[in-house]
Amino acid sequence: MIRPEALLRPTPAGLYCPPGDFYIDPVRPVDRAVITHGHADHARAGHGTVLATPQTLAIMAERYGADFTGVEQAGAYGEAVVRDGVEVTLVPAGHVLGSAQAVVRWQGLTCVVSGDYKRRRDPTCPGFEPVPCDVFITEATFGLPVFRHPPAEQEIARLLRSVAQFPDRTHLVGAYALGKAQRVIALLREAGWDRPIFVHGALERLNRLYEAHGVALGPLAPATSTTKGDFASEIVIAPPSALQDRWSRRFADPVTAFASGWMRVRARPARGAASCR
Amino acid sequence: MRAFADLLDRLSLTASRNTKLALMVGYLAETPDPDRGWALAALTGELSFDAAKPAFIRKAAEARMDPQLFRWSYDYVGDLAETVALVWEAKPGANREPQLSEVIDALTSASRSEVQRLIETWLDALDPTARWALLKLMTGGLRVGVSARLAKQALAQLGGVEVAEIEEVWHGLSAPYGDLFAWLEGRSDRPSAVSPGRFRPVMLAQAIDEAVDFPRLDPAAYVAEWKWDGIRIQAVNEGGVRRLYSRTGDDISKTFPDMVEALDFEGVIDGELLVVRDGALASFGDLQQRLNRKTVDAKLIQTYPAAIRAYDLLAEGAEDLRHLPFLERRERLEALVARLGSGRIDLSPLQPFETWEGLADLRSDPPEGDAQLAEGVMLKRADSIYEAGRPKGPWFKWKRDPHLIDAVLMYAQRGHGKRSSFYSDYTFGVWTTDALGQRSLTPVGKAYFGFTDEELKQIDKFVRDNTVERFGPVRSVRAEPHFGLVLEVAFEGLQRSTRHKSGVAMRFPRVHRLRWDKSPGEADELTTLQRMLD
Repeated sequence: MIRPEALLRPTPAGLYCPPGDFYIDPVRPVDRAVITHGHADHARAGHGTVLATPQTLAIMAERYGADFTGVEQAGAYGEAVVRDGVEVTLVPAGHVLGSAQAVVRWQGLTCVVSGDYKRRRDPTCPGFEPVPCDVFITEATFGLPVFRHPPAEQEIARLLRSVAQFPDRTHLVGAYALGKAQRVIALLREAGWDRPIFVHGALERLNRLYEAHGVALGPLAPATSTTKGDFASEIVIAPPSALQDRWSRRFADPVTAFASGWMRVRARPARGAASCR
Repeated sequence: MRAFADLLDRLSLTASRNTKLALMVGYLAETPDPDRGWALAALTGELSFDAAKPAFIRKAAEARMDPQLFRWSYDYVGDLAETVALVWEAKPGANREPQLSEVIDALTSASRSEVQRLIETWLDALDPTARWALLKLMTGGLRVGVSARLAKQALAQLGGVEVAEIEEVWHGLSAPYGDLFAWLEGRSDRPSAVSPGRFRPVMLAQAIDEAVDFPRLDPAAYVAEWKWDGIRIQAVNEGGVRRLYSRTGDDISKTFPDMVEALDFEGVIDGELLVVRDGALASFGDLQQRLNRKTVDAKLIQTYPAAIRAYDLLAEGAEDLRHLPFLERRERLEALVARLGSGRIDLSPLQPFETWEGLADLRSDPPEGDAQLAEGVMLKRADSIYEAGRPKGPWFKWKRDPHLIDAVLMYAQRGHGKRSSFYSDYTFGVWTTDALGQRSLTPVGKAYFGFTDEELKQIDKFVRDNTVERFGPVRSVRAEPHFGLVLEVAFEGLQRSTRHKSGVAMRFPRVHRLRWDKSPGEADELTTLQRMLD
């Protein structure tokens, strides 16, 4: 069998495939890119051609503008695309809407580049699919054994308990705009929270995009100061950066929470002054 | 263990004092004896165990997983107890969760090897939060932002009594405090406060309101003395037990062994702890060199010799004097100090005065000597009994007016908690002139209170509108001779400092007024501060 380095090797611009002449999630503008998902540390603007799932292409267009790349090439989940004899298949990674593992096959060798992935259920995207392979190249974001995350449903239940316990206060949840925010909303809906959820303006476009791709989020309303008094007893979702800024002053004695895997480590919520995780 | 772990977890995640109080009161009300008593002992720092050293815990964790992964995890988390709590693989169903009291019993009575075996089985049975709580409990130092004082306040709330009553009995009690809870819940009488060497809750003074209080107070009914600038202490020698307490009841005997040795009397003295060198009072900065130290060496004791200036006598021999009028206690105190003839314990002299105006003159222009270092004057009703807490009327403090300077706002940092969306911590500077005649600002201090909520909003807006550079949570703001914000800063005193670039350190600086009307060029020079040092 051929050596795996012949198929995929690290370069300063990112993981490169010489026989197919493409990069996977390159950090610099390149001619041909395969993008696993829409987060900014993986998806950048300015490549010549981008192969990604239709959802990821839509997210990139929303974030960077319609001209984010020269040519868009949509690869639906499970559909092989051949480039110079190298076969690339995008397979669900279970991370965010459109997220995929890149399965690269060439001369009998199968390499899987995981991209960011999770193996737990997520109501906003199809679940991670294991693919038999010779080489698995994995992200290790929460690789240290200090990260053993509790079930998401359990954390949502904690949030709802707190809302019931402190009805005079606003519950302010910090969540990243792509993926985490919609996952929190969808989990709240599953847990029976059917009141309007108030969202920071920075989340609105991506929420609409999720809904357009068939992820139902229920009634949402902008968390602007004119919409509804001081938001006592409501749940408000905002990007983490907004929680500590002037934007958050409009809320009634807020209880602040972060929907982030990093919060597992106690020193972090303490630093961020969040009162529950 | 579960309830205790939840308590620690929630305490560690809130910075609000009132929330912490509510959490503790709730826990103490709902948790049965003896667990709540052990939890109280852990919170007040009364527990320590030898069997569970950090090195053992680390070894136990490394034996169960890849040591390199453990080291990476430890590097990432930075706290041993938390790292082990997070990486330990639970064995569900392997064991039952231990009760807090069971853990304490084992830690205090089992052999070292037995304890080490037990620790592993406990860790197997608990979830990460409970593992963290267990490890914190064993290795000491909970670090959840609860002082012994706050825990006592929770007890007072629980029982609907004054915190002074808790303090009065506290030193006669020991964990798990069954008799204390029985009293607080009305199931028995107050536990006896008679234990030799115990702390008596301190009487404190109200700040005087010159406009309101002086017209209605009769100068003939009051005596005055200097308010010495040290730390208020209580010195006890009872039945051979010698103790030195801070005014909140913390036992600081170990920090001042020289002082404890000098307590050659039978009774309880209320006084000020000071550094006195060759009969002359040294500055508060000298005393600071001796505060908060766990161990002291002979050189430190010799360089910063401690002494007590006595204000009051609370007990003499076995006799409690607190119900006597001040002047009677004072007579007994004077006689005792005279008999003692110690160079380490002297009297805080009373300052005769006829009228409030006369006292005002004395306060603003103290005579040469120690009085120059006093913080102000104390007024005590001649007939006042010694009453714990801060009763309104019998005692007043009348501090000297603070020093004021005009300084320029240079840097602002985001606050915490409720103020986290505001730039609320301010570094301010004054002008220096170099050899070429160039003026520049040098930081001289930091202030984060003294302003109203409305003023905070105004400063916050100024900071945001005039940011020059950002360094994480800190912004530097425009501070030029013709543009910037002048802060009138009040402070209590000034010391030389080698740690500050300016060479001076302020005591208790706070924003006194915002001088929107002044341009920064008119702010003070460093030389003004340097002159205050001499």
